[in-house]
Amino acid sequence: MKTSRLIASAFVLSGFLAGAASAQTLIYCSEGSPEGFDPALYTSGTSFDASSKPVFNKLAEFELGTTNVMPGLAESWTISEDGKTVTFKLRAGVKFHSNDMFTPSRDMNADDVIYTFDRQRLEDNPYYTVSGGTWEYFNGMSMPELISSIEKIDDLTVQFNLTRPEAPFIANLAMDFGSIQSKEYGDAMLTAGTPEMINQAPIGTGPFQFVGYQKDAVIRYTRFGDYWGEPAGVENLIFAITPEASVRYQKLQAGECHVMPYPAPADIAAMQADPNINMMQQEGLNVGYLAYNTKLPPFDNPKVRKALNMAIDKQAIIDVVFQGSGRIAKNPLPPTMWSYNDAIVDDAYDPEGAMAALAAEGITDLSMKIWAMPVQRPYNPNARRMAELMQSDFAKIGVDVEIVSYEWGEYLSRSKELDRDGAVLLGWTGDNGDPDNFLAVLLGCDAVGGSNRAQWCHEPFNNLINQAKVASDQAERTRLYEEAQAVFKDQAPWATIAHSVVFMPMLNNVQGYKIDPFGGHYFHNVTLN
Amino acid sequence: MLNFLLMRILTFVPTFFGVTIISFAFIRVLPGDPIVVMAGERGMSQERYDQLYHQLGFDKPVISQYFDYLVGVLQGDLGNSFVTKKPVWDEFFSLFPATLELSICAIVLAVVLGLPAGVIAAVNRGKFFDRLLMSSALIGYSMPIFWWALLLIIVFSGMAGLTPVSGRMSLMFYFDTPTGFMLIDSFLSGQKGAFVSAVKHLILPTVVLGTIPLAVIARQTRSAMLEVLSEDYIRTARAKGLPPLRVNGLHALRNAMIPVITVIGLMVGTLLAGAILTETIFSWPGIGKWMVDSIFRRDYPVVQGGLLLISVMVMIVNLTVDVLYGLINPRIRKT
Repeated sequence: MKTSRLIASAFVLSGFLAGAASAQTLIYCSEGSPEGFDPALYTSGTSFDASSKPVFNKLAEFELGTTNVMPGLAESWTISEDGKTVTFKLRAGVKFHSNDMFTPSRDMNADDVIYTFDRQRLEDNPYYTVSGGTWEYFNGMSMPELISSIEKIDDLTVQFNLTRPEAPFIANLAMDFGSIQSKEYGDAMLTAGTPEMINQAPIGTGPFQFVGYQKDAVIRYTRFGDYWGEPAGVENLIFAITPEASVRYQKLQAGECHVMPYPAPADIAAMQADPNINMMQQEGLNVGYLAYNTKLPPFDNPKVRKALNMAIDKQAIIDVVFQGSGRIAKNPLPPTMWSYNDAIVDDAYDPEGAMAALAAEGITDLSMKIWAMPVQRPYNPNARRMAELMQSDFAKIGVDVEIVSYEWGEYLSRSKELDRDGAVLLGWTGDNGDPDNFLAVLLGCDAVGGSNRAQWCHEPFNNLINQAKVASDQAERTRLYEEAQAVFKDQAPWATIAHSVVFMPMLNNVQGYKIDPFGGHYFHNVTLN
Repeated sequence: MLNFLLMRILTFVPTFFGVTIISFAFIRVLPGDPIVVMAGERGMSQERYDQLYHQLGFDKPVISQYFDYLVGVLQGDLGNSFVTKKPVWDEFFSLFPATLELSICAIVLAVVLGLPAGVIAAVNRGKFFDRLLMSSALIGYSMPIFWWALLLIIVFSGMAGLTPVSGRMSLMFYFDTPTGFMLIDSFLSGQKGAFVSAVKHLILPTVVLGTIPLAVIARQTRSAMLEVLSEDYIRTARAKGLPPLRVNGLHALRNAMIPVITVIGLMVGTLLAGAILTETIFSWPGIGKWMVDSIFRRDYPVVQGGLLLISVMVMIVNLTVDVLYGLINPRIRKT
């Protein structure tokens, strides 16, 4: 209790009571409540913003503002010739936070790394079932099959033995589920009979130390004085949970917060015109698409798919559905991703050409279904409206469209079915900055009947992405992925629609903020003038 | 009175079991698999799906799942949220005080303004005040809550700067919240300005949440009063020369209160369960938003536990209303 009171007192004294010091408190009007504070248990960006970003570090980190991987708690790593052994050299002298229940007695070491991953992969680990652990991301990235063992070589050296070479492995460990936990803290909580506390009062090595959370209202952090890297630019960080976008804007205008995410599209123009607001923007690491069912005729014919793609007026979709906050997608990869093939030319909007192309394939009186998602996503803010625009576009070339929709869970399940009737609107947001995370997950043969909603298994494409996955040379991987994108464009299993543009409004006195292409929100580089 | 109270409490038992069945069945009849929703666009392998299906107990027969749930409820265990993994009970009681505090303030506002408005309108039937008050009540009743809330925020918080935009307390203050009621906790904290901040944060959400009940109570009071005012005993009271305040305030209002209390009781239940829009707009950390989020996520334990707890609260309010009937009108105790 003592420590938390100390932190709380320091928080109040340093951040608020002294008027001058209040400039050192950054208030972020966040969009929702975290599900918890153990990043490995969850999959939502809101939970990661509140946990892994401020409180934790990973072995490798993404360089802020890019998808490049750089050293984190591991200062270096080596990969064996066969690609199946990855050895990490850990940074020395890294301190963990403390709270009223726990004070660390040692620095971070290999035991913490092993504990972090063993609890997610070994069923006999006492933490495997704590807090109903389902370890979705760890499982989703195929880690249980990939990691055969993790060995401690010495206190600062840890070795991952893999079942196969996997080029994106380091990038995978830079994801939020790779946040390094304190084994000492885990053991202490287990002994105390309260193992779930690691999810409620997180202890990490990150730039901010967790102070407290009032459910659905506010989360407080304070700068961690013993942080191994550059200290956080502000003394205190507060997340003021504000679910409604227009209310976040009002709070920003009233100076009740410094930064807000996800502005309402209707407010963007006013924010850009406001002299007190600095509106940052960047393309998001996502793609919205229309996936045909390539198993069923006539959509098994690439020429038919190409013809339909030519009939879609993407600019109208950007203007109406995204209200300008999007960019036309020509590739399945977003432009901020390495290996994006900018040389590819998009199908031109050409209804007459589309009609002629369909006629050339002997297609007349075509009718089809378009599935519209019932939820809003950055890559598709209004799927119903998007489907209506497509319906009107396709009507111009004589294709009759019926729009269908289902409850979200049903939509996800039914859209996977191999004999699904219709083309489905969906999208994807990148996890680890690796092209494999888009191309293999969404278009690989292994994903047919699952996340490959086009049910598209094209051998030349699949060979390219499989070669790229095991190649260790980045230039070679880039070449392979660029080639794969050309094959994709030629075969057109999807109509690629749009990449969203991420807007981050903030007050002018906020300095140093960088937009994370993965959609996360980091504040350790931020200062207030 | 004791018999009356016991009879009312006895009706609790079958209602309670009925509610457990409805709350259990409600979420399950909705389409949507919680595991698929949990996985989202990323999906999961069939093997993983089967593992979770078993882990969450969905492979058992529905009847068996219900009895597991019922046994848990009777032992005070409502299960853990699929999403946050925390006990539903803990989550409910960390959020409920916020909803209760706001609902109490809203109903107090509605009663304090709605009753006199209804009485004044009835006494001045057909005159200017009657038309003004009843037109205002109609507007208040018809107003979209979302629009009304944003309008108040823009005018009073944005333009005038008189009230905070949202939240329960200025972020300048940080103190323990043992009761969860911000008015009480801010007062107990001893921090200068905290209580005033709590009051300021309550003003707009209270007005927004209280608007519809205020309108309903005013209209109900007016119509009940009009009915009573035409009764013979009121005419007699007037003929005896009693002052108008005594006739209207004591004889008429007391007898007009039965239907008004019914409406107030119903309104309290509605407020407890239906503060969702107000809570969302004002970032008010209550149970309304928690429940709706859980329905969308198909978080079975939260939805069934939350529904059950809210229902019990509403039952308690209805019991209180029944007792109040008995106090106001002794004839009801005998029925």
